[in-house]
Amino acid sequence: MTKPGPATLKGVILVGGPSVGTRFRPLSMDCPKPLFPIAGRPMIYHHVAALAKVPGMKEILVIGFFENSVFDRFLTEVQMEFPEVPIRYLREYQALGTAGGIFHFRDQIVRGAEQFFVLNADIASSFPLQGMIQTHAKHGGVATLLVQRVDKSVASKFGCVVAEPETHEVLHFVQKPETFLSDMISCGIYLFNKDIFDAMRTAVQKRQARLETQGGDGDDLHKGAEVIVLEKDVLAKLASTKKLYAHVCTPGRDFWMQIKTGSSVIPANRLYLQHFLHVAPRKLSNAPRPAGDLGATTTTAVSPGSPPAPIKPIDPTTAHVIQPAYIHPTAVLHPTAKLGPNVSIGPRVLLGPGVRVRDAIILDSVEVKNDACILNSVVGWDCKIGAWTRIEGAPGESTALNATLKGYKIPSATILGKDVTVADEIAIRNCIVLPHKDIKTSQHNEILM
Amino acid sequence: MKALILVGGFGTRLRPLTLTLPKPLVEFANKPMILHQIEALVKAGVTDIVLAVNYRPEIMAAFMKKYEQEYKVNITFSIETEPLGTGGPLALAKDILAKDNDPFFVLNSDVICEFPFREMVDIHKSHGGEGTILVTKVEDPSKYGVVVNKEGSSQIERFVEKPTVYVSNKVNAGIYIFSTSVLDRIQPVPTSIEKEVFPAIAAAGKLHTMDLPGFWMDVGQPKDYLIGSGLYLTSLYQNEPERLATGPHISGFALIDSSAKIGKNCKIGPHVIVGPGVVIGDGVRLSKCVLLEGTVIRDHAWIQNSIIGWHSTVGKWARLEGATVLGDDVHVADEIYINGGCVLPHKSVSTNIAEPSIIM
Repeated sequence: MTKPGPATLKGVILVGGPSVGTRFRPLSMDCPKPLFPIAGRPMIYHHVAALAKVPGMKEILVIGFFENSVFDRFLTEVQMEFPEVPIRYLREYQALGTAGGIFHFRDQIVRGAEQFFVLNADIASSFPLQGMIQTHAKHGGVATLLVQRVDKSVASKFGCVVAEPETHEVLHFVQKPETFLSDMISCGIYLFNKDIFDAMRTAVQKRQARLETQGGDGDDLHKGAEVIVLEKDVLAKLASTKKLYAHVCTPGRDFWMQIKTGSSVIPANRLYLQHFLHVAPRKLSNAPRPAGDLGATTTTAVSPGSPPAPIKPIDPTTAHVIQPAYIHPTAVLHPTAKLGPNVSIGPRVLLGPGVRVRDAIILDSVEVKNDACILNSVVGWDCKIGAWTRIEGAPGESTALNATLKGYKIPSATILGKDVTVADEIAIRNCIVLPHKDIKTSQHNEILM
Repeated sequence: MKALILVGGFGTRLRPLTLTLPKPLVEFANKPMILHQIEALVKAGVTDIVLAVNYRPEIMAAFMKKYEQEYKVNITFSIETEPLGTGGPLALAKDILAKDNDPFFVLNSDVICEFPFREMVDIHKSHGGEGTILVTKVEDPSKYGVVVNKEGSSQIERFVEKPTVYVSNKVNAGIYIFSTSVLDRIQPVPTSIEKEVFPAIAAAGKLHTMDLPGFWMDVGQPKDYLIGSGLYLTSLYQNEPERLATGPHISGFALIDSSAKIGKNCKIGPHVIVGPGVVIGDGVRLSKCVLLEGTVIRDHAWIQNSIIGWHSTVGKWARLEGATVLGDDVHVADEIYINGGCVLPHKSVSTNIAEPSIIM
């Protein structure tokens, strides 16, 4: 079994728990954030798919503090799609911090693997993992982190990295610096040797020592010791020790963005779909079939894991689709509807005559009546959109924080939570709507509770 | 009989439409505004019409030639070299207005109503005074100058400008009939008929009112033009319902020129006026709006409370509302939202106009 070949690897996806991701409301009210569908697939499906493709991948571990049952169905489905790589969920019984969870499960991570990737769940990326493996082999350090250049004005909202220009050794790593440090930021994607646990152990011991000198009761002390943050407590300490190196995203080929707010799923959806257009067109789809009688009920239940329909040539009897677009095979689209680009349509969605959808995510079982127009928006599960109604968000990049209007934060995309009903002929622009609302009048720049 | 129509200046309040045509020629209900008045005057037996203008009326003159023949009426321009207000033009046109002893009409050109000119003549002759003012009742008299009658009489006792306590809800509708003797009271100098001439005739006990039946609207600015269009259509429904459009796609009152083309699955109305040569695509929703000649509305557009200028185009899935006015030859791209946009002629709009603003 010691045949020379690719290093044995594992993948870790850090998903956090239900108490984090409040900025993802109202979408997180009805779906755990890591499973929110982007480009037709749960957010972390894209992570799993990227890890499963890496030669030598032995196992993928999803670590977080959600209930076990949350991921049951997802794990079954991805396991069927990637049968060669075992995928498991490891539950932290309390929030241990980004490094705490990894450290807690260190035995299971290192068993049978020399190196392991750590991917944060709340990112969308082309995941250039192969490039990271090559960089890692070249420098021979303990850790490689993926970095990306961003606009100077936003850099200090992230973990900023100063790297030696030739060797790419990380010289300095500061989380959200107060002043400008570097336009290179950490993407939350890492490749580690198992030696990283030495650094983690040091961090745990340091923290324990500090807590002991401060006192406190023993039980709390024990819990607190394991709460260590990967970036601040571990990686920042490795800078300038020739153990930490950066792999820089290739401009124009790689993409990366954070998915923090609900609005950010729109650009994330666009980035994935456009990426698929180049690398995996089979993940895109035209209108699933000639749309028949819109009143007809759909009986074919297709699980989200089943392969999407292949791209067909444009057919006048099906809706007009501008690629890239993902359309679930059970969606029913009227032939006069027009979709795309950058659209994801979920299962059992019904789009009526003359409906227009662009730069949007339409979730399961949404019904859209005739001539409605949906732009730069997320329409939540079971929503009903009236005839000639306009649902519109402001276009714009996502890393960008919410804009402000007259001192109030305004949402950049329009997001309708689950089961929102919007009357005919009204306009909902730049609004966030919480679940189960009935909207009868036009609304602009509001959060509707 | 004779009439004088106070046309006045450039009609800046109705821009951007009046950047293309003089206001009297801008269509209201598919007919140049001034023709509504000319037609009604001719019907009441008027043979001489004076248009009092204070700019050089070249474009208008050509149009009026045509209408002179069509309606068999003499139309004369009385051009003020300096603005003479609402009274001065009467003196300037004395030659025509006093050519016989019959009373004559004076009209503000922005006013739209059912023009009860024959009844005005009868009432004017019955009381034997020098002038009769058409009055209309308003809900909020404090914004207007109101007319107070002598109790139990049509005779006017006094005028009260913007009353703070209720004295009357009758306001001057801008349409009058005068005996020729009124001309002796006016000189061809800047004069306000409302503030100078009327109080003098009223003081002599010779000024009366006539209550205007039906609707009344000053359509000199876009919002009122749209409200007036709705009132006009309602009046049309009562008087000439056969002129209104019918069909499964019509919801409420709509006046649609016979040369307009309408696509499938549209919903049109209430209060919609569609001009000649207009092309409307499939799945279009129109309400409370006016489409002037030659406009093109592409599939699935939604237009409410807006005026679409001549030969303008509105793209697919565009949404226009909030008293949006497109000037002549404006092009709105697909999927654009315009709320209260005032767009000058020959512009293309390819980004949203979310808040009311002027696009130069």
